[in-house]
Amino acid sequence: MEEKVKEIVQGYGGDKSYLVPVMQDVQKELGYLSKEALMAISANLGVPVSRVYEVATFYKAFSLKPKGRHHISLCMGTACHVRGAEFIAANITSMLGIRDGETTADLEYSFETVGCLGACALGPIVVVDGEYHGEMNIAKTTKLLKKLGKKV
Amino acid sequence: MTSKIKSFSELKQLQEKIKASRDPQKLRITICVGTGCLAHGAMNVADAFSEEIDRRGLSVKIDFRKTGCHGFCERGPMVIIAPENIFYQHVAVKDVGEIVEKTLLKGEIIDSLLYADPQTDEKYVREDEVPFYKRQTRTVFGMNSKVDPKNLEDYLAVDGYSALAKALAMKPAEIIREVVTANLRGRGGGGFPAGRKWEETSKAAGTPKYVICNADEGDPGAYMDRSLLEGNPHLVLEGMIIGAYAIGSNEGYIYVRNEYPLAVENINIAIKQAREAGFLGENILGSGFSFDIKVNRGGGAFVCGESSALFASLEGRAGEPRAKYVHATEKGLYDKPTNLNNVETWANVPFIINNGGDWYAGIGTDRSKGTKIFSLVGKINNTGLVEVPMGTKLREIVFDIGGGILNNRKFKAIQTGGPSGGCIPEEYLDMPVDYDELTKVGSMMGSGGMIVMDEGTCMVDLARYFTNFLANESCGKCVPCREGTQRMREILVDITEGKGREGDIELLESLAASIKDGALCALGTSAPNPVLSTIRYFRDEYEAHIKEKRCPAGVCKSLITYGVDSEKCTGCTLCAKVCPVGAATGEKKKAHKIDSDKCTRCGACRESCQFDAIIVR
Amino acid sequence: MVNLTIDNKKIQAEEGQTLLEVARQNGIGIPTLCHHESLEPSGSCRLCSVEVGEGSRAKVVTSCLYPVAEGLVVKTGSERVMNVRRMVIQLLLARAPESEQLAKMAEGMGIRPEPRFKASEDGNKCILCRLCVRTCEKIVGVSAIGFSSRGPQKDVCTPFHEPSTVCIGCGACSYACPTGQIEMHVSPAGDVRTIWGRDFKMAACKVCGRYFAPEDQLQYISGRTGVPVEELMACSSCR
Repeated sequence: MEEKVKEIVQGYGGDKSYLVPVMQDVQKELGYLSKEALMAISANLGVPVSRVYEVATFYKAFSLKPKGRHHISLCMGTACHVRGAEFIAANITSMLGIRDGETTADLEYSFETVGCLGACALGPIVVVDGEYHGEMNIAKTTKLLKKLGKKV
Repeated sequence: MTSKIKSFSELKQLQEKIKASRDPQKLRITICVGTGCLAHGAMNVADAFSEEIDRRGLSVKIDFRKTGCHGFCERGPMVIIAPENIFYQHVAVKDVGEIVEKTLLKGEIIDSLLYADPQTDEKYVREDEVPFYKRQTRTVFGMNSKVDPKNLEDYLAVDGYSALAKALAMKPAEIIREVVTANLRGRGGGGFPAGRKWEETSKAAGTPKYVICNADEGDPGAYMDRSLLEGNPHLVLEGMIIGAYAIGSNEGYIYVRNEYPLAVENINIAIKQAREAGFLGENILGSGFSFDIKVNRGGGAFVCGESSALFASLEGRAGEPRAKYVHATEKGLYDKPTNLNNVETWANVPFIINNGGDWYAGIGTDRSKGTKIFSLVGKINNTGLVEVPMGTKLREIVFDIGGGILNNRKFKAIQTGGPSGGCIPEEYLDMPVDYDELTKVGSMMGSGGMIVMDEGTCMVDLARYFTNFLANESCGKCVPCREGTQRMREILVDITEGKGREGDIELLESLAASIKDGALCALGTSAPNPVLSTIRYFRDEYEAHIKEKRCPAGVCKSLITYGVDSEKCTGCTLCAKVCPVGAATGEKKKAHKIDSDKCTRCGACRESCQFDAIIVR
Repeated sequence: MVNLTIDNKKIQAEEGQTLLEVARQNGIGIPTLCHHESLEPSGSCRLCSVEVGEGSRAKVVTSCLYPVAEGLVVKTGSERVMNVRRMVIQLLLARAPESEQLAKMAEGMGIRPEPRFKASEDGNKCILCRLCVRTCEKIVGVSAIGFSSRGPQKDVCTPFHEPSTVCIGCGACSYACPTGQIEMHVSPAGDVRTIWGRDFKMAACKVCGRYFAPEDQLQYISGRTGVPVEELMACSSCR
């Protein structure tokens, strides 16, 4: 891990302004940003740990905990909201027991809501492991999650 | 790969060469693979076409092009067959074989794939005849259907980079004059005159000067910038290079939202191609001017669409805005003179250079010039991206181009300007859409998102939704935004849960006024807009929630009950099957009922009933 | 020299000064919370808001950052300004109801809590004035504490909410804190100071024997200045 972080930092010329891209690349490589990874970034870039931690917790893209095996995103953009996205969010939460930004204890499922996926013609949209499912509703979401293997 | 072009005449020669090598009568299939169509399964259709063409040994005879978004997102996947420009919509993998066999090889039209007007059933064959497109003025966005974003030659074939060549032969001050004459106003939401911004930056003291493209399109429901960046990245680059030359900048940044991976990919490919061809880098087209661009991704923060927060992010810090009493044009990124413009603003620049500022100023209204791309979404039939001249009436956009309200329901309001904007009710449908008119009615242009709502939308719930969004996206630096939006949200949640109190509306209004005055940045100062505009036009809905504990639109969970209309119910038992808590019960073929004590108002029954037998009170 | 008007009083200022500086120099009172002479203005509490300009061009700005300009007309007590001030204090009172300092300030300004804002019950007195973080970063130069998250969840903490390895226990943050949120404890014998969850061994003055500063702090100062630690081992009275 230390080597990888060093490599990534050097790839940006050790330039402190590239803190955000460095963290994005490290997260892509390691799956999430562990405490050790953040300390390594601080040491290699020469940025105080407090700022690295601030940036890691400020931006929604960063995850300080491991993500689940299945990643579920629900669009909560205005168009999708108007077409009932909040009902679907409530459904996902009640089925998986996790809220926006959380991962199930068994590390099987992560759920997050996103601002807008830009596919408004198909709203509401649920993305499961990169696959888009459009025109979703409560019943369809239940079916989709059941297919993923979750016992309701 | 295009090798380095060293002069304007070389560019012209190359453009002519490419055009000459392309037969305008040749058969070609164009398919949209923008993010929206991809979500519809367009890549499978595209792959099927590829395979079919190969299988039949037709790859020399038939051109195949994948493009970015065309704008008619409701009808994707869609293909255009040249040279007649036949338009097929809702194309599935199973149609591919037929399309190649009948249309491409025999010239026969497949009726079932044509666009049919939902009211009259009239069918349209050619793309430019389709009413959705015909009623628009697709100056900027229309190019998307003509270029494969990963192919520089496509862009050169439509005279791409000619504006750059023309600009480099002009003096910087002349270019700025054209943009000032054109009165191009910022398309990201601020509406600030771009020409004036360029002028201020060019006159500011200090080097280096920076030129930035703000592609952090955060308004939910707006995706024009994404579609431009994905579909025609070279257009945006060309605009930026022209601007950099006019301002005297050699370093540029494109800040793209993290959630747009395809846009990031395509702009990076375009930059690489531009460098190889000599449009970026040292001594561009032999002019002596050097300029290069770096691409940075956002980290997932709506506030980073605000210029000073964007600078903070580029500087490797948390995206917290700072006071702008000294403009970014004087002290912006790294405290140096910086010119930041939105994607669409940059995309308009080549057209202004090619056709002149006067031409541009001839389109639109008195103080809002040119065309604007809007994302028309929500309870609308023709969801998609629409480009019209400034000053077009709202009614025309919603009904003539948008095709009216989904499921024939009634128009209630339209939200423009995203979370910083406001809702506009029916009485203003005949207003011209321009920066100042929208501000007058309590909304704003914003980035161009237009969310259409019908009587099934609760305006108080909508205000709550936007305020919640803004409270979550607040950077937390200043008290009015951080604490104020939270308290507005608290009150709105109370109102939607039947806990609203006498005086809440007045308190919301007073909080809103002080937040508008006291907040540090535009996120905060515009945060009260959704609340203020919904109170302005739908005060009665607020009062119903507070005084009568009633939600007229039938949306707020705590204020509605679900019941069964025993006359319409056929006893199909669907509702009982989908009910997660066993509140809906009944025997087969007999009228069902719902136990309101058990009911959680999840809405599953309402959604599944085929007989409209679920009543909402 | 720049000529401007504040509350109908004609005032002269130097180019580059802020409205707050000039007002205070001329005896015009403007309340502040996140402001400190030794730090760059933050512009985050908004309490120092004033109204500049006239008619439809009038706008509310923070005086701690707004530069003086020729002919500027400033009002420090207009209705809009008073509304902003009242709202800021009311919002903070709801956020940190247990801060005595804040309550006293509100009383002095004649502002009562807004009952509709549900008062926080977590005992947290932090109002996110940022004085502690700015002090640690710019004056002490250690950056032991910083912010995490954003919006209402934003808080001041040590990284990972664990004791910091770079903190020198100087307590500057605690002195800077206007609400008493940052606590510094000293052992009965005076030999251990505890702050931000970490214990610091205190150094004793070589003259009077009183415990006066954490050893870590002296090491840090020695490292920054090049002065040997032994020469720093005297408290301010015995120096």
